Amino acid sequence: MRIRKLVTIAVALLLAAGCQTTARGTGDLGLVVERAAGQVQIVETTRKTSLATIPGLGDLSHASIVYSRDGRFGYVFGRDGGLTKVDLLSQRIAKRIIQSGNSIGGAISQDGKLVAVSNYKPGGVKVFDADTLDLVADIPAVYAANGARSKVVGLVDAPDQKFVFTLYDAGEIWVADMTVPATPKVTKFTDIGRLPYDGLITPDGRHYIAGLFGEDGLVLVDLWNLEAGPRRILDGYGRGERKLPVYKMPHLEGWASAGDLMFLPAVGHHELLIVERGSWREVGRIPVHGQPIFAVARPDGRQIWVNFAHPKNDVVQVIDVPSRRIIDTLEVGKAVLHLEFTPRGEQVWISVRDEDRVDVYDTRTRRKIRSLPVDKPSGIFLSARAARTGL
Amino acid sequence: MGGRTVRLAVLALGGLVLAAAAGADPTAERQSTLIHRLKHDCGSCHGMTMKGGLGPALLPSALANRSDDVLAAIITDGVPGTPMPPWDFELSQEEAVWLVRRMKRGVDNAN
Repeated sequence: MRIRKLVTIAVALLLAAGCQTTARGTGDLGLVVERAAGQVQIVETTRKTSLATIPGLGDLSHASIVYSRDGRFGYVFGRDGGLTKVDLLSQRIAKRIIQSGNSIGGAISQDGKLVAVSNYKPGGVKVFDADTLDLVADIPAVYAANGARSKVVGLVDAPDQKFVFTLYDAGEIWVADMTVPATPKVTKFTDIGRLPYDGLITPDGRHYIAGLFGEDGLVLVDLWNLEAGPRRILDGYGRGERKLPVYKMPHLEGWASAGDLMFLPAVGHHELLIVERGSWREVGRIPVHGQPIFAVARPDGRQIWVNFAHPKNDVVQVIDVPSRRIIDTLEVGKAVLHLEFTPRGEQVWISVRDEDRVDVYDTRTRRKIRSLPVDKPSGIFLSARAARTGL
Repeated sequence: MGGRTVRLAVLALGGLVLAAAAGADPTAERQSTLIHRLKHDCGSCHGMTMKGGLGPALLPSALANRSDDVLAAIITDGVPGTPMPPWDFELSQEEAVWLVRRMKRGVDNAN
C-alpha cells in the first residue's frame, strides 16, 4: 500500500518534470523580424536553426529590438506604435501595448528598468516600465513656439541612466537624465544642422553622433562634457562632388568601430568614411559598390561587412581593416537588408528580403554555411545585445 | 515603289500600336513588381502600409486632392532639397501615373 503511494508520487513527479521547458540560457538566441507578416522568429546560433515563430506583432515594416538585461525578453518596436515584449524561453508574447501612432525604434536603460520608444507621431519619446510596460514618463519633442512636434530618431541609452535622441524636423539633440524616472531632466542642443536622420553612441557610451541628411557632415556630443555642446565633424565631406540620390537612408546603429578607427556610410556618396576617434578627422575613404546602409565590424574589428541601398542591394562587401581594402564581394541575393554577427564573430547572419531567406556565413572562409527560410526578413537581433550600451 | 509604301505603312501602324501600348496599364507581372517596390522600397521611408515614416503618409486621404501628374512627377524626378530621390531609372512616367492611381485607391489589399 505504502509502496504503491510512493510509486504514484514518483510517476507524478516524472510527469511534471516532462512538462517543464528544458532549462537553458538565452545567450545563443536571437529574434529575426518577418516584416510583412508582422511576426518574429526565435533563432539559435549554436545549431543555426529556428526554434519558433511568434505572430501578432502588428506592422513591423521598420522594426527594431532591444533586450532585457537577463537576455530573456526582447522588446520589439513596431512601425504602428506597437511595443511587444517577447519571451524567448516560453516562446510567447509576455505583454503588448500600442503606445503611439507611428514609431521607429527604442532603447533600454542602463539599469534595465526602463524601455524608451522614439515616436514619429506624435513626435517624442515615451518611457515605460520594463516589467509591466506601464507608462513612466512622456517627453514630447516640442520644438517650435506653436507647439509643433518633431519626429524622433537615433534613440540610444547612455551611461548614468540617460537616453539620448535626435529631433529630425527640428535639428536638435536631447539628452534625458532618467535618474528620477517620472521627471526626466532634459538637456537640449538646438541648431545642430539640417535633417539629422539617425544617431549612434560609441560602444563605450561616451560619444553620441548624429548623421545629417541635409548637409555633408556629422554632429558629435561628448557625454562626458555636455557643457562643451555639440560639435560638427567631417564638415563638408562631399564638397565639390556630385551628390547621388539615396534610395534608402543609411543606418548608424551598429556602426563599425575597429580599434581607433570608425567606418561610416557617407550619404549620397558610394563610399565609407574612415574616421579617427579622438581627433574625429577623416583619415581615408573606401569606394564601395553602392550607397552603404549598414557598415558593421566583426567583433574583433578585423573586418567590416557592408550592405547597400536599392537598387544595388544584392551584394555584401567585406573590407579588411588593416589594409582598408575590399577583400570580398559576395552575391548574397535580392534585397539584403541587415547583418548581425554572433557575439564572438565566427558567424554573420544576413537577411535577404526578396528571397525569403536568412543566410549564415562563416566569417573566416566567407562561405555560406546555412540558409533558413524566413518570410521577408529584415532586422536580425541577437540576445548578446542585452549587454551592450547603445544596442 | 509600291512595296516601299506598304512597308512604311506597316511601320507607321506598328508605331501606333506601340504608342497605344505605352498609355495602357502595365502588365499584370509588372504591376505586381511595382506594388512590391512600393511596399518594400518606397515603404522604407513612407511605411510598408503607406502610413508614413521619415517620409509623409501616402494614404488615399493624403493624396486625394493632388493631381496624378504632379504626384507622378515627384516619383520620377524626386524633390530636390529633401530625401525624396528620383525613381525614373526604374519606372516610366506612365507607370508612375498608374502607381499614383493605385495609391489613391489604397494598397492595403494589394499583394
